[in-house]
Amino acid sequence: MDVSAAGMALAGGALIGVAASLLLLLNGRLGGVGGIVAGLLHPPANEWGWRAAFVAGLLAGGVLLGALHPSAFGPSPAAPVLLVIAGAAVGVGTRLGGGCTSGHGICGVSRLSRRAIVATLTFMLTGAVVVALVRVLGGPR
Amino acid sequence: MKRQLVAAFGCGSLFAIGLSVSGMTNPSKVLGFLDFFGRWDPTLAFVMMAAVATHAVLYQMITRRSAPVFAAAFSIPKQRGIDGPLVLGSALFGVGWGLSGFCPGPVVTSLASGGQSALSFTLGMVAGMAAYGLLQRQWRGRATAIAART
Repeated sequence: MDVSAAGMALAGGALIGVAASLLLLLNGRLGGVGGIVAGLLHPPANEWGWRAAFVAGLLAGGVLLGALHPSAFGPSPAAPVLLVIAGAAVGVGTRLGGGCTSGHGICGVSRLSRRAIVATLTFMLTGAVVVALVRVLGGPR
Repeated sequence: MKRQLVAAFGCGSLFAIGLSVSGMTNPSKVLGFLDFFGRWDPTLAFVMMAAVATHAVLYQMITRRSAPVFAAAFSIPKQRGIDGPLVLGSALFGVGWGLSGFCPGPVVTSLASGGQSALSFTLGMVAGMAAYGLLQRQWRGRATAIAART
């Protein structure tokens, strides 16, 4: 393992934790990105604005880092059709399971929510199984 | 309201910077982290450890306040039990994550610089979320109709 990459991982993780905490401190909201994006499609009353602003912030942060440090981004090795299917699975899964890597994996686990811990273990397990299957089957990448 | 929008924008930007610095916006790296049974790259475990440790401490400090700074109350979901939809939804989420190396935060952050694959994934993700929302509305409507009849 690359030590500097581990340091960047720690620093980036701490920044994510601070960003989620600021959202809670200032607006009283939890930083689950899947839920925030999904809420843009079917927003409860007066809920659209802050969600759109958060997503705009994500895009702006991505643009900034893309300019300063383009190697932080990379393409997925999966084929385009498979990417659309994977996206649909993540979209439906986020709604059905009530959270994603940030909502369950970071915010939920931080407050020791049993649901979040079960969700996180579940998606890490099925993710690992799929990665192993793709490697064994040799395709589609 | 305006202050809430500025705050949300700032938090989103910081979140995106954290994701990109940490390596989460590189799908090949994410797939390496999920490759437990092969050449496992444990680096991204540090992202979650640092994010959880930071947020766990700050969460306790913040929720001691009676209210957030720019809103009347905290919106924190009540803890429910572990049920089928939670496990099924999370399992499906993991399948999509393991196929692509993308999840919602990193893919939105990558939209501007991640090229075609971030776009394709986002297209599927938004369609999946929208389809689920529509179906849920129909189910709810049907359940209400049945309840009204009985």
